[in-house]
Amino acid sequence: MLKFILRRLGISALVLLAASALMYWLTVKSGDPLKDLRESNVQNREQLIQARIDHMGLDLPWYERYWDWLQGVGGCFTGNCDLGVTVNNQSVLALTEQAAGATLRLVTLATLLAIVVGIALGILTAIRQYSGFDYSVTFGAFLFFSLPVFWAAVILKEFAAIRYNDWIAVGEYAPTTILAVAAVAAFLAQFVLGGTRRRRLVTAAGTFVFIAVVMFVFNVTDWYRNPVFGPLMVLVVSAAAAVLVTALVTGFGNRRVLYGALTTAVVGLISYYAFGSILAEPTWFVLIGLFLLTLVVSGGIGAAWGGYARKQAMLVSVVTGIITSLVIVFDILVTNWAGFLQLKSRPISTIGASTPNFTGDFWETVLDLGAQLLLPTILLTLISVASYSRYTRSSMLEVLGQDYVRTARSKGLSERAVVTKHAFRNALIPITTIVAFDFAGLIGGAVITEQVFGWKGMGQLFRQGLDAVDPGPVMAFFLVTAVAAVVMNMLADIAYAYLDPRIRR
Amino acid sequence: MSDTRNTAPNGEEYQPIPTASGVDVEGGVGAVVSTETLPGEDKSYSQGQLVRRRFFRHRAAIFSMIMLALIIIVAFTSIGVGPLPGWWGKGYVEQYPKIGTGAPTWEHPFGQDTIGKDYFALVMRGTQRSIIIAIGVGLISTVIGTVIGSLAGFYRGWIESVLMRMTDLFIIIPLLVLAAVLGKIASSWGIWGLTLMLGLVTWTGLARLVRGEVLSLRERDFVVAARAVGTGTGRIIFKHVLPNAVGTIIVSATLAIAAAVLLETSLSFLGYGVLPPDTSLGLLISQYQTAFTTRPWLFWWPGLLILVIALSVNFIGDGLRDAFDPRQNRTKA
Repeated sequence: MLKFILRRLGISALVLLAASALMYWLTVKSGDPLKDLRESNVQNREQLIQARIDHMGLDLPWYERYWDWLQGVGGCFTGNCDLGVTVNNQSVLALTEQAAGATLRLVTLATLLAIVVGIALGILTAIRQYSGFDYSVTFGAFLFFSLPVFWAAVILKEFAAIRYNDWIAVGEYAPTTILAVAAVAAFLAQFVLGGTRRRRLVTAAGTFVFIAVVMFVFNVTDWYRNPVFGPLMVLVVSAAAAVLVTALVTGFGNRRVLYGALTTAVVGLISYYAFGSILAEPTWFVLIGLFLLTLVVSGGIGAAWGGYARKQAMLVSVVTGIITSLVIVFDILVTNWAGFLQLKSRPISTIGASTPNFTGDFWETVLDLGAQLLLPTILLTLISVASYSRYTRSSMLEVLGQDYVRTARSKGLSERAVVTKHAFRNALIPITTIVAFDFAGLIGGAVITEQVFGWKGMGQLFRQGLDAVDPGPVMAFFLVTAVAAVVMNMLADIAYAYLDPRIRR
Repeated sequence: MSDTRNTAPNGEEYQPIPTASGVDVEGGVGAVVSTETLPGEDKSYSQGQLVRRRFFRHRAAIFSMIMLALIIIVAFTSIGVGPLPGWWGKGYVEQYPKIGTGAPTWEHPFGQDTIGKDYFALVMRGTQRSIIIAIGVGLISTVIGTVIGSLAGFYRGWIESVLMRMTDLFIIIPLLVLAAVLGKIASSWGIWGLTLMLGLVTWTGLARLVRGEVLSLRERDFVVAARAVGTGTGRIIFKHVLPNAVGTIIVSATLAIAAAVLLETSLSFLGYGVLPPDTSLGLLISQYQTAFTTRPWLFWWPGLLILVIALSVNFIGDGLRDAFDPRQNRTKA
C-alpha cells in the first residue's frame, strides 16, 4: 500500500513538473509584456521599457526564466520559498498567501457541502426511482449543470444579497408570505416523503402548521434580528439527530446503540457549559482541538455502550458527536448575531471576501466571513451537486441491481439494512474518482465567482498576471491548484482503497 | 450457390431464423428451420434502428431536439451568416434611434442596448458564434480523444503509459486556466483559432472513456479472432473495436458540445474568448452585468439562451445515453 502511494506520488511529481513547464511556456508566449509601455506616450518610455526588461528578464529565453523560477520553488523544500516578483515588484509569495486563504476556504467548503448533499440526493433518488421526486431532482440537476456560473452569480447577487439586506433592516414577513412559504414547504415535504394519499395529507398538514406557527412566532419575537436558540433547543435538536442517525444506520432493534448516541448528545451539552468561557473567545487552533476531542470522546462513548455491535455504535456516536458540535456552533453564532448586525447593518455585501476594518470579536468575524462566503459557496455547490447526485444515482441503481443485494433482500433484511449496510459503501466507490476530478473544475468555477463577487483571491491573482503577461502570479496560481489537485487525487485513491477491499492486496 | 459453412448433412439451404433483436442465428446442424414466422417476429432491427426507436421514446430529448433546432434555425436565418442574407431587417452593428430607454417593443423585440443597436440582432449574432464554436470544439475534441484513447487502449505497454501521462498533464491544469491562456494566445486568430485551441484542451475526458472501452473490447472474442486471422491493427481498430464503442463516443461528443458552450461563454465573460468587435453571449453578459437592475432585458436574453442551449444539448445527450444502453428495460419518461 505504501509502495503504491509512493509510486503514484513519484509519477504525479513528474507530471507536475512537465505541466509547470508547459504552463510557463504558454504564459510567456501569450502576449507582449511591454504592450502597455509601447502604447504610452510618457517621456521616459525607453527607460521604463529597459527597466522592465531587466526586472523581468525579458531578454532571456523562456527556459532560462523557467529554470530560475524552478530554483525558487525548489527553495520551498528547504524553507525559503522564492516565487519571484510581479511586474510591480511585489513578492509573489506574500500575495499568494493572502489570496490562497480566501480561495481555498471557498473551494473546500463547497466541495464538502456538495459531497454531503449530492450523495444524499443521489441515494434518495435512486431508492425512489421514477417517482415525481426523482424526476424533479433529475431536472434540477440538469438545470444546474447547464447553468452559466457568471450569469447565475449576478442574479444571485441581486436577489439573495441586495434584497436580503433590504429585508433584514425590517426583519419581518408579511402574513401572506408566511402562508405561502408554509404551503410550499408542505407541498415539498409530501412530495419528497411520498406514500399513500392519506399519509401525504398528514405530512402536508403537519408541515404546514409547524412552519406557519414557527414563522409567526419568529415574526412576533423579532427573531430574525435578535435570535435566540438556547441550551434546551440544542439538547432537543441533538437528541433528534441521535435518534435519526440510529434509525438510519442500525435501526431501533439494538437499544445500546441508541443509548450511546443519546449519551453523546447529553455529554455534548454538558461540555458546552464546561467549555463555555473558552468558546466565547477561542482561536482556530482551540476550535480544531476541541473538535478532535469531540471525535475521540464520542467514539469512546460508543465503544463503551457498544456491546456486540461496537463498531456500529462508535460510528453512530461519532456522527452524533459531529452533529452536536455543529448545533453548538450554531447556537454560539446565533447569540452573536444581534451584535453582528449592529456592526454591519447590511450583512451580505456583494463585494469582497471579508469586510475591511471589521472590529468584531472572533465569532462576529466568523459571521462576517460566513456571510461573504454564503453566495459563492451556494453557486459552486449547486453545480457540483448536480453532477455528484447524477453519478451517485446511477452508481446506486447499478449496485441495487446486483445479485448480492437480491440475496440480502431474500434473506429477510429490512430495506434500510440492505441500503445502508450493503449497497451504500459499494455505490460510493466510483464517486471518489469523480470528486477528485471535479476539484479542478471547481477551481475554474472559483475564478469566475471571485470575479463576479469581487474577491481578492487566487482568481484575481491569475487574471492580473495573465493580463500583464507576467508568469510569476500565474505560476503561483498553478502551483497552488495543481498541488491541491494532486492531494485530492491522493485522498481519492486512499478512499478508493479503503472502500474497495479488492484493491488492497 | 452452395454455402461452404453449411454443415447440415444434406446441405440444405441456409435459412436464418428471424429474431426480434436482428441477430442472425445460423441454422446449424439439425436445427429445425421453419419458413413461417411467429407473430411480431417478422421484423428485425439493426442496431441503428434500435437506438433510434429507444431515443424517440425519450420525451425530454425529443423536446430538446426540437427546441435546439428552432434556436439554431432562427439564429442562422434571422440575420444571415456569411454572404447569405437573413429575414430580420436590422443588422447588429448599425445604431437605430432609441425608443425610450431601449425597452423591448414590437420594433425591437429584445430591446436596444445603450447606444441604440438592435439587441435581437446582436444576441442572434452572439448565438451564432457560440454555436459554431461549441460544435467545432466538440468535433475536434472528439476526434483527438478517440484517436488517443483507442491507441492507448489497444497498444498497452509504453505507448499507453506515455499517452495516459500526457492526458494526466492536461487534467492537472485546471481547464479554465489552460483555456484562458490559450484563448489569449488565439485572440487575434478569430473564431476558428479559438475553436482549435479549445478543442486541443477538452479531449481528456473522452480519451479516458474511450481507453476504458477499448481495453475491455480488445479482449472480446471477435477481436481475438480477427488478430488470429491476421487482420492489420488499423483495420481492427476502425472496423471492429470502434463501431462497438460508438455509443459511448456519441454520448460523450454531445456532452462535450454542451460543456464547450459553457466554457466558451465563460471565457468570453472573463475577456479571454471572443473579443470585441465580434460578439458572443458571454461577452454580452459581461458588458451588461451592471445594467441588471436598470435595463434587465440586456442581461436576461443572452443568459437564458446559453441556459436553454446547454440544457437542450444535455438532455439530448442523456436521451442518447439511454438509447445506447442495452440494459435499459424500462422506458424513461
